Amino acid sequence: MSRVTGAQALFKALEGEGVDLVFGIPGGAILPAYDPLLDSSVRHVLCRHEQGAGHAAEGYAWATGKVGVAIATSGPGGCNLVTALADAKMDSVPMVAITGQVPTPVVGNDAFQEADITGITIPVTKHNFLVKDANELAETIREAFHIASTGRPGPVLVDIPKDVQLQEIAWHWPERVDLPGYKPTTKGNLRQVRSAVKMILESERPVLYVGGGVIKADASAELLALATEGRLPVTTTLMARGAFPDTHELALGMPGMHGGYTAVTAMQKADLLVALGSRFDDRVTGRLATFAPDAKIIHVDVDPAEIGKNRSADIPIVGDCKDVIAKLHAELTRQQEEAGGPPDRAVWLGQLDEWQRRYPYRYDQPADGPLKPQYCIERLYEQTKGDAVVVAGVGQHQMWASQFWKFTEPRTWVNSGGLGTMGFAVPAALGAKAGRPDRRVVAIDGDGCFQMTSQELATSTAEQIPFVTAIINNAHLGMVRQWQELFYEERYSQVYLSYDVPDYVKLAEAYGCVGLRAEHPEEVDAVIDKALSIEDRSVVIDFRVDDREMCFPMVPAGASNDDIIVGPEGLQPVNDPEEAPVA
Amino acid sequence: MNGNGQKKTLHTISVLVEDKPGVLTRVAGLFAARGFNIDSLAVGPTSDDGLSRMTIVVQVDTKPLEQITKQLNKLVNVIKILELAPGDAVERELMLVKVKADGESRARILEICDVFRVRVLDVTHKTLTIEGTGTPEKLEALLELLGDFGIVELSRTGRVALARGDRGIRERTARARGAVAGEQEWTGGGV
Repeated sequence: MSRVTGAQALFKALEGEGVDLVFGIPGGAILPAYDPLLDSSVRHVLCRHEQGAGHAAEGYAWATGKVGVAIATSGPGGCNLVTALADAKMDSVPMVAITGQVPTPVVGNDAFQEADITGITIPVTKHNFLVKDANELAETIREAFHIASTGRPGPVLVDIPKDVQLQEIAWHWPERVDLPGYKPTTKGNLRQVRSAVKMILESERPVLYVGGGVIKADASAELLALATEGRLPVTTTLMARGAFPDTHELALGMPGMHGGYTAVTAMQKADLLVALGSRFDDRVTGRLATFAPDAKIIHVDVDPAEIGKNRSADIPIVGDCKDVIAKLHAELTRQQEEAGGPPDRAVWLGQLDEWQRRYPYRYDQPADGPLKPQYCIERLYEQTKGDAVVVAGVGQHQMWASQFWKFTEPRTWVNSGGLGTMGFAVPAALGAKAGRPDRRVVAIDGDGCFQMTSQELATSTAEQIPFVTAIINNAHLGMVRQWQELFYEERYSQVYLSYDVPDYVKLAEAYGCVGLRAEHPEEVDAVIDKALSIEDRSVVIDFRVDDREMCFPMVPAGASNDDIIVGPEGLQPVNDPEEAPVA
Repeated sequence: MNGNGQKKTLHTISVLVEDKPGVLTRVAGLFAARGFNIDSLAVGPTSDDGLSRMTIVVQVDTKPLEQITKQLNKLVNVIKILELAPGDAVERELMLVKVKADGESRARILEICDVFRVRVLDVTHKTLTIEGTGTPEKLEALLELLGDFGIVELSRTGRVALARGDRGIRERTARARGAVAGEQEWTGGGV
């Protein structure tokens, strides 16, 4: 049996878990671990900020489905990871963070760069560990990866004191993980599945309300089969974009605060919602008490705590979406065959079609007028032919990206949903590209977001991980500005950022990237052409867009989804009796 | 639709946990983060090495209780959770109370102690320190009577409880809440 140090054991364990790539920054308390890294097969991407390393690990996990790994030192290193961990917790992103800790004899002594990182991260991780003996290191790493990647995925932190990294031990790789308190239910109950299918067949206005769980479970094929077989219309939440092809005739697009009219209204008027890996988040439901008032609920989730949390379920099914949707499809096929085909829902589907035609996402790009953000995103979509992994920050640009990009496959949309972390896009794009070097990666970012984490462009250049960042530069914290315009009587407070400070083209060049700019509609295509022709370096495009453009449709915070505002010209809800629901 | 006028009542939950560092913080932190007040919490070892039992009393509606139970179950170090319905469990609490006892009040206090069958542990010229054990209701009644004399200091353990009957917590099925009634068992959850 070979003797190794804790640090060597750490990398042997990471290799054992199939890790090929980690993101991190060294520092005092993690120094011993960075030595065996030199002899390891694991590639380390040296980020410029630990938050960047954390989001890069998330982007990697979003784009690949594998566990993302971030490494940081003790104290400030770990603290800088906290935002990324909280983000990964909210969006169920599988991630393992490894932090150095001050040596065990001085733990609790307010030593230099000491922070109680396991204490700090309890609420923002799925689980965390403090390794006090190197003999437990390999086992702990196995457990960390198991917990991060199974059940409802999430972030796990492993804190390793410096002396434990230096401790010599006999190497041992545990065959299996034994966690008596961790046994996720993944297999859906068949009796519940049968009742659910019966309920689906009895419904006249069903909607599949698809959430991020379908992507996490790699259940897109099963979903497509179920929806097609049952002729069931599908909404995909912000977390689920790409789980079902937007180009499909049954696709209704994104529901929620800035979702499409049809998706929002279809759920409002439905008599049955089949929630698949979604969690009735407030951004989807609007005012909960008035959400989908006539709908029965079938709720499928691997996390039992999500079922009944916000909305009681008529039929709860605890299980992994892949397993449950496959069972739903098989049972639906059987019951429909018995019944001689799917129920006739022509009225409902016709109504949905009409809404789709009548209320598409809209904007107006005057030929000589100010450049519109939606136009830039549409042109990006057209010119890439949609063949890209799209990464977004948080705000108006994120909503427009989700609205105007047509996603056709899972893991091509990466963003910060639950936590709404500004600054997510650039480092997450770095991680996504590192994980999927075969794909083009396009970050659609806001100017406010971009400035929070743009230092990772240096990482992109140094590590040769090229991606395109399209800054939708409206010189403002645009979403906050929009709320101040709509709800604070146009009293703009602390939202102006300026178009030209910093000069994004010069900033890009300073980081070794190519900087481009478009200020007028006619410049857009040429700039995108140029950007897409560069494959060996990252490109930053400064789209200087109309700062007055607002994101619609919109359901104001706390309002009912019935009161959806479709566009800027009418701040009144659409309440045309002609458009009354079929109910 | 939700929370249809259920009353806030005291619930006792028995939580079997791995005896690992930080497990108390994880459990207590979860209650705090989700906005629930813990009425009392008692922790101690069990007959199984490496396992501890927490008895938590929480004042909460049935619906939020279901949520907190599910969230607790997601903690990796939580092995099993059992909600103990009042009739189905034996519950005890221990308290130490130092009460003013000078002059003629001393005899009356000793008389109360006798009636309640509780013991005097320490005597001074001015005080008596009393050990009371029993159901929380009995201790409340005792405290109310002792309150007339003036309580100097009070320390209570919080409630401990075990389900009635011949089975231990590990052999019992946790009450399935919300999901498939009688079919789903949240134990060993951790999602």
